[in-house]
Order: sequence, then C-alpha cells, then structure tokens
Amino acid sequence: MSGSRLAVEALSAISLRDGNRPILRRVSLAVDTGEVHGLVGESGAGKSTIARAILGIIPSQVKITGGRIGFEGRDLLTLSPKELRAVLGRDIALVPQDPSTALNPARRIDALMTDGLRLKRGLSMKDARLRAHALLDEVQIRDPERVLGSYPHQLSGGMRQRVLIAAAFGLEPKLVIADEPTTALDVTVQKQILRLIRALQERHGTSVLFVSHDLGAVAKICDRLTVLYMGKVMEQGATAEVLAAPRHPYTRALLAANPRYDRPDTGLEPTPPEVIAALRAEIAAFDVSSEAPPDG
Amino acid sequence: MAKDLLVARGLVVAYGRPAGQYTRRRASPVVLHGVDICVGKGETVGIVGESGSGKTTLGRALLGLVRPTAGSVVFDGSDITALDEQARRPLRRRMQMIFQEPMSSLNPRHTIGRILIEPILLHGLASDRAAARALVHGVLDRVGLPRDTVNRYSFELSGGQRQRVGIARAVVLRPDFVLADEIVSGLDVSTQAQVLRLLKQLTGEMHLALAFISHDLSVIRSICQRVVVMREGRVVEEGPCERVFAAPLSAYTRMLIDAIPLPTVDPGWLTRGAAAEVAATA
Repeated sequence: MSGSRLAVEALSAISLRDGNRPILRRVSLAVDTGEVHGLVGESGAGKSTIARAILGIIPSQVKITGGRIGFEGRDLLTLSPKELRAVLGRDIALVPQDPSTALNPARRIDALMTDGLRLKRGLSMKDARLRAHALLDEVQIRDPERVLGSYPHQLSGGMRQRVLIAAAFGLEPKLVIADEPTTALDVTVQKQILRLIRALQERHGTSVLFVSHDLGAVAKICDRLTVLYMGKVMEQGATAEVLAAPRHPYTRALLAANPRYDRPDTGLEPTPPEVIAALRAEIAAFDVSSEAPPDG
Repeated sequence: MAKDLLVARGLVVAYGRPAGQYTRRRASPVVLHGVDICVGKGETVGIVGESGSGKTTLGRALLGLVRPTAGSVVFDGSDITALDEQARRPLRRRMQMIFQEPMSSLNPRHTIGRILIEPILLHGLASDRAAARALVHGVLDRVGLPRDTVNRYSFELSGGQRQRVGIARAVVLRPDFVLADEIVSGLDVSTQAQVLRLLKQLTGEMHLALAFISHDLSVIRSICQRVVVMREGRVVEEGPCERVFAAPLSAYTRMLIDAIPLPTVDPGWLTRGAAAEVAATA
C-alpha cells in the first residue's frame, strides 16, 4: 500500500538464550502516513521486540531470523549502523516508557533537548535553544525557561514525559515510536499525555506506533491496531471495528478480563481454558508449519 | 449496615525527623491532614488516589506501621493508636497485609512452604508442623496453586503466582482485616482478573474486611462496596461505589472517573474536560 510509512513484513525472531524459542512469528503490520497504530499485547507478546527491531537496538540474546522492516523504500534491517544513525532521531524518534530513566540525570533539559536539534537538524546552539523553548510551549509547559534550566529530577513524571514528547516530535520525524508512554503516570496525567500525542501527531502529520498493554488507552488514541500474543498477530484492523466486534477469541478474552467502572458486573473474566488450549494449538501448528523444509 | 471493625479519626501523619545535634529542625511534610475512615466487618473499601495523595501512608497508619502525629485508630473496639510493638503483636494475626511487590515482600532465600508455615506456628494456629502443613495445603488449594509450590522459591514463580502466595500468606492466618496496597498494578489484565476474582471470593467466604488501595477506579469498582477518594492527604469524597460512580459529588472524583480510558471508541473523550483539568491543576 502506497500510504504505508512503515511496513513490517513477516518479521521473525528467536531468543538465543532460551533454546531458540520463537519470540516473533512472522509479524506483519503497516503504519500508514498520518496514522496512530496501536500495538497491543500482554507481557512477553513481543511488542517491545518489534519496537526495538525498528530502532536497531535488539538485545544480543535476540536474533532476527527473517522478514523486513520497510521504511521510505529501504529495509531498516539491512542498514549499516551509520546509515541507521542518520535515520534515527531525524526520521524516526522514540518516546520511551519510563520518563525517569530516559533522561540523563546529570544534564539539564536544555542540553538534552538541544542535542537532537543541533545534531539531527543542524541548528546552531542559539537557534536550538529558541526552538527548544518553542517546543516546550507547544507541549503546554507553562514556564519553559525554568524547565530548560532544570535537571530531570526537579520535574514531575508528567513534565518529564512532556519534555520527551517535545524532544521526539521537535525533530519533525516521520514516525514516532511511543513505547508504553503513559504506564508510569497517573490517570489524569495520562489523559493529558494521550491528548498531547494525538494533537502533535495531527498537527505534524506524523505516523505513530503506539505500543501498549492497555486496550483503553489504545481505544482512545489509535486509528488501527494490531493484537499480539506470543509473538504472533492475532487480530488487526480499525480500532472501532476490532473493539466493537473482535473476531479473534484472544481479543475477546482480553476485553473480558478488563474491569470497567461502567459495567461493574462484567470484566474480571478469566480466559476460558478452551481458549487457552486453542491459542496454544494455533501457535504450535504455526511453529510446525514454519519449521517444515520448503520442499518436504 | 455492617458493624465497624476499623475506625480511624483525624489521622495526621507527618514524615521527617525532629532536630538533632547537627540538623536544624525542618518543617516536616504533612502527608495526611486529618483523615477519617471506617471499615465495617466484612466490608470491602477501596482507597483511590493519584501519586502523592497519601493512600499508602493511610494504609500503613491503619496497620500501625506508621505512627500518626495525631488522631486515633480503633480496631474492634479498642484503641490501638499508641500500642507498642509488644502489645500490637497479638493483633498482627487479625490485621494482615498483601504487598504491592510480591517479589520484594517474599524472602528469596526461604521456600514458599517456610514463608507460609512460619507465621502459622508463630501465631499458634497449629500445634505442630504437620498440622501447619495441612493448613498450608488447604490454603494453596484455595488460592489455586499446586501443593508442591511449598518446595519452590519466589523467583521461580510468575507474577500472578507470587501474588497468590501473598494472598495465601495473609488469609491462612484467618484475619479479620486485610490491607491490599496496589496488589495488581504490575500484572497483565488476564492475571489481574484471576487475582481480583480470587480476592473477591475470599473476602465473601471468610467475611473478611478489606481495604484495597489502588490508583485504578475500574479495579475498585469491580471488587469494592465502598470507595474513599483521596487527594493531597485529605478525603475528598466517600460513599458506596454505586452512588460515587453514578453521581460523584466532588469535581475531583468526576475528573478521575472521566480520565479512565474505557476500551470503547469515543472521539470526544480526548478533548473533553481539558479546561477543567487546567483549572484543577492551576
């Protein structure tokens, strides 16, 4: 599809530490231009591995065994570290999960924010600082000068996440990977951050891959979503359609387990044993079929 | 209306040290500003608040793990505010706690069997090890863990299994009151559902009073009868869940509820309430 900004195709990976256990099973997903795409799954589903593969930061015990990651007509998996560095930050930026560990505690916000603007956008120090000020304004930080002169520990979690969002979107990338950007935040702050990501994304036409375990957050911000279980895509589609009429039993089980304040008598449904058995069988059958030699 | 089991009045907690030889006395930050709360026998009460609201401190003050600067805590008719450790010990069996991080609250060098048996013997609930072991087997069956879990260590278990051990350790002592502080926040939804379901069943069966601290109002709604909403060390609202969720009296409660993203598509949700939030945080 011509509108795809990022096209992950049949991406497979194994864990070298754990008996070559498959951790991604021919995952395909496309993030379109100007789209927020949700990548949903429970822990161990492989969502972070996909995000890391895109960013070229796969840990040493994980090996990519197949597939490609298409971005701007190139396969990111085949780029040299130098070529990848040119893409990262400039065309692809990350909003990390934990705003408290993602910022260097020994450097002030102005230093952290101007790095990218100088190195990736070629601004002078003076211009970079002006731009950083404007970016903090854009993420509704009331006193940008004070924040620019602060160290990360002097800011609240919500403020730090705003700084990271400003830094990521400020480089005007084509794609932002948001890896569980609100899990560490209070609900009211989470809502503000979700609103901010959506507003910036719409204003700049950025594509966003929104990684989350929370179907609620995904429902509020994503145009389409991919549901992942044990490294395999279970369901994919427009958010409204998947949530209104989930086709895969796993998606239904995820929704049924979610407590909802508006429906206190539903939710907390344990995944039925027959669904778990069917899921395991589906995964096992897939592994057998992909291990079979091509001509045998 | 259930009879009161645990009643706290005017709880004030301030952290900090008095002046020492080398330190000037600093104004100690006040974390609770006179909190009233009561939990009836067999009642499940949710305590909700954002970070810094004082909900964890309130829980700890109820159990006597933090000494309040002012106010009182009455448990089953007797004032326990000023009891020393020695006098409090018999109460420990009746007031149990399930911790947020089962990984750090279960001793990694003890088997699960030892972790479960020791408090039983300590509180004299079994005459000998064999009888204690029988109680342990019973509680493991009840929380849905295989009996051979007794030979395992906490790090060999999954997060959900560890939290089941935490629940087993608390309920095996047949307490009257259990405090659960953010016990499902690190779990996947399917595991969370199982743990919450178990806790709900146990409180019903054992007529157990529960104070359930959480930042998640949906979770509280699913297992609690009453809810207490905290903000900056004060109770801003409390009442039966049904009423509070249907018609919150406080604007802050309304904002907390509106901030929960339900898994439904609602295009207006993101922008709704933006002005109110700015006003509330200003």
